[in-house]
Amino acid sequence: MIKYVIKRLLLAIPVLIGVSIIVFLIMRVFSADPAPVVLGQHATAEAMKAWRDANGLNDPILVQYFDFVTGALTGNLGESYYTHTPVLTELMNRFPATVELAIVAIIIAAVIGVALGVVSATHKNTPIDGLATILALVGVSMPIFWLGVLLIILFAGMLHVLPSSGRIDPLLQPVGGTGLYLLDTLLSGDFEAFADAASHIVLPAVALSMYSMAVITRMTRSSMLDTLNEDYVRTARAKGIRKRRVDIHHALRNAMLPVTTVIGLQLGSLLGGAMLTETVFAWPGIGKYVVDSILKSDFPVVQGAVLLIAVIFVIINLVVDVIYAYLDPRIKYSQEEG
Amino acid sequence: MAAIATDTALNGQTPDAPETEERAAKKPESLWKDMWYSLCQNKPAMVSLFIIALLVVVAIVTAVAPGILPYDPYAQDLSASFEPPSAAHWFGTDQQGRDIFCRILIGSQISLTVGLLSVAISLAIGVTLGAVAGYKGGVIDTVIMRFMDMMLAIPSILLAIAFMAALGRGIDKAIIAIGFVSIPEYARIVRSQILAVKQSDYVAAARVIGDNDAIIIFRHVLPNVLPSIIVRATLGISSAILDAAALGFLGLGVQPPAAEWGDMLGRGRNYIFAAPYTMIFPGLAITVTVLAFNLLGDGIRDAFDPKARKR
Repeated sequence: MIKYVIKRLLLAIPVLIGVSIIVFLIMRVFSADPAPVVLGQHATAEAMKAWRDANGLNDPILVQYFDFVTGALTGNLGESYYTHTPVLTELMNRFPATVELAIVAIIIAAVIGVALGVVSATHKNTPIDGLATILALVGVSMPIFWLGVLLIILFAGMLHVLPSSGRIDPLLQPVGGTGLYLLDTLLSGDFEAFADAASHIVLPAVALSMYSMAVITRMTRSSMLDTLNEDYVRTARAKGIRKRRVDIHHALRNAMLPVTTVIGLQLGSLLGGAMLTETVFAWPGIGKYVVDSILKSDFPVVQGAVLLIAVIFVIINLVVDVIYAYLDPRIKYSQEEG
Repeated sequence: MAAIATDTALNGQTPDAPETEERAAKKPESLWKDMWYSLCQNKPAMVSLFIIALLVVVAIVTAVAPGILPYDPYAQDLSASFEPPSAAHWFGTDQQGRDIFCRILIGSQISLTVGLLSVAISLAIGVTLGAVAGYKGGVIDTVIMRFMDMMLAIPSILLAIAFMAALGRGIDKAIIAIGFVSIPEYARIVRSQILAVKQSDYVAAARVIGDNDAIIIFRHVLPNVLPSIIVRATLGISSAILDAAALGFLGLGVQPPAAEWGDMLGRGRNYIFAAPYTMIFPGLAITVTVLAFNLLGDGIRDAFDPKARKR
C-alpha cells in the first residue's frame, strides 16, 4: 500500500507542474496587458511601463515563469495589484469559509444522494424510483446560481426564516480558532452563534450540494442495481435474511465502492461550484474573492487561487484513489502488476 | 420487411405467426435504425427532442425575421421598467423596460450557438487527440494524456473563467473557453474506445491491405466509436449551455445589450426581491433547455446500449 501511495504521489508532481504552466500561460501569455485596467485608461505610457517593471511583467517569459514557480514553492504567490497584500494571506483568510461550505454541502449531498439512490434501486420502476430519477435529472440540469436565487426568494424573501447572505451575524463572529465557524462556536459552547452560523450556511450549502446529490443518487442507484443482481445477494435472500438487512449489509456495502470515488470527486468539483454559490450568497470565501478579482483583472490573485484550487483538487483525487485502493485490493494489485 | 415476413408465412414456415410478422415488420435494418426505433419508444427523449427542435426553430426564426417578435428585445423604455408579468408582457420587463419573454426567445440563439459550437471545438480537437493517443500509444499517448490529466486537474468552470478573464468578454471567446476546457473528456472517451477496438480483426485487415494510420483511424476505427461520441456530445451541449450561463451570470459572458440567459439572470440579481421574475424566467429557460439535452443524451445512450435499455 505504501508503494502505491508513493507512486501516486510521484505521479501528482508532473500534473502539478503542468497545472502551473497552464495557469501561467492563461494569465500571462494569453491575457491582455493589465496595466491600463489597474492604472486606468488615462495613465501615461511612462507610468504604465514603470508599473510593469515593478511587477516584473517586462521580464522574459521564462524568467517570469521561474519567478512564479519558485515563489509558489516558497509560499509566495505574489501581491494583489490593488491591496498590495500577499495573495496567500488573502486566500488563507478566506479558505476556511470555502472549506466549511464545501464540507457541509458534500455531507448533505452524500447522505441524501446515497439514501435516494438506495431507495430508488430497491424500489425499481415504482413511482418512488421515478421521483428520485426526476429529482436527479433536474439536479444536474438546474444552474446552481438559479437554485440559489430560488431558495433566497422562497426562504428569505417570502418565508423570512433564513438569511439570504453572509456567514454569521458580525456581533456573534468567533475570534481565532480554526476559522470554521460551526466548529469554533460549537467548541466554545456559544450555541447562539452556532445556530446563527448554521442558519447562514443552510441555503448556500443546499444550493451547492444539489448537483453532487444528483450525481451521487444516479451512481448509487446504478451501482446498487448491479450488486442486487449478484449471486451473494441472492444467496443471502435464499438463506432467509430480512430484505432490509440484505439491502444494507450485503448490497450497499459493495455498491459503495464506486460511490465513494464519486463522492470524493464531487468534493473537488464543489470547489468550482463554490465560485457561483459564494457570489449568489455573498459568502466570503475563495470563490467570491476569485470572481471579484477576475472582474478587476487582479491577475496575481486569480493565478494564485487557481493554482491553490488545482492543488487541492489533485490532493483530493489522490486521497480518493488511495481510499479506493484500500477498499478494493484488486486496484492495488493491478497497478503493481502493471 | 413486411413483404419478407409475408412471403415466409406463405411458404408455410411460420404458419401461425402474426406476432412474428409484426416483429419482422418492425425489425430494424441497421444500428442507426435500431437506435432511432428505440429512441422513438422513449417518451421523455422524444419530448426533449421536440423541445430542442422548437428551440432551434425559435432561434432561426428570430434570427431571420426579428420583426416577428411583439417587442424589440434591445430597445430600452425606462417608463416601462419592472412591469410584472401581465397579458402585455408575459414574463414582465427588466430594469430597462425590455420585454423578458422576447429577450428569452432571442437568447435561444446565443445558448444554442455556444452549446453547439463549443462542443464542435472540443469534439474536433478532443476526438483527434484521443484517437491519435489511443491508436499510436507509447510516448505520444503518454504526452497527450498527461496533458489532458493536467487540464482535468483544474475544475472546468474555473478554467473557463480564467480563460474569459484573460481573453475578455464576448460570445466568440466564451465558445473558445468552454470548448477548450471540455477537450479532455472527449479525448479520454475516444482513447479508451480506440484501445478497445484497435486490436480487432478489421483493423488488422485494413493494415494488411495497406491503409495508412490516418485512413485506419478516421475511416475504420472512429465510425465504430461514434455512438459513444454522439452520447457524450449531446450531454456536452447541456454542460456547455450551463457553463455559458455561469459565465454570463458572473458578468464574463456576452457584451451588452446581447440577450443571454445567464447574463439576464445576473443582471436581475440586484432586484431579487423587488422583481424576482427578472431572474425566475431566464433560469427556467436554462433549466428546461439543459434538461432537454440531458434527457435526449440519456435516451440516445439507452438506445445504443441494450443493457441500459433493459433497466
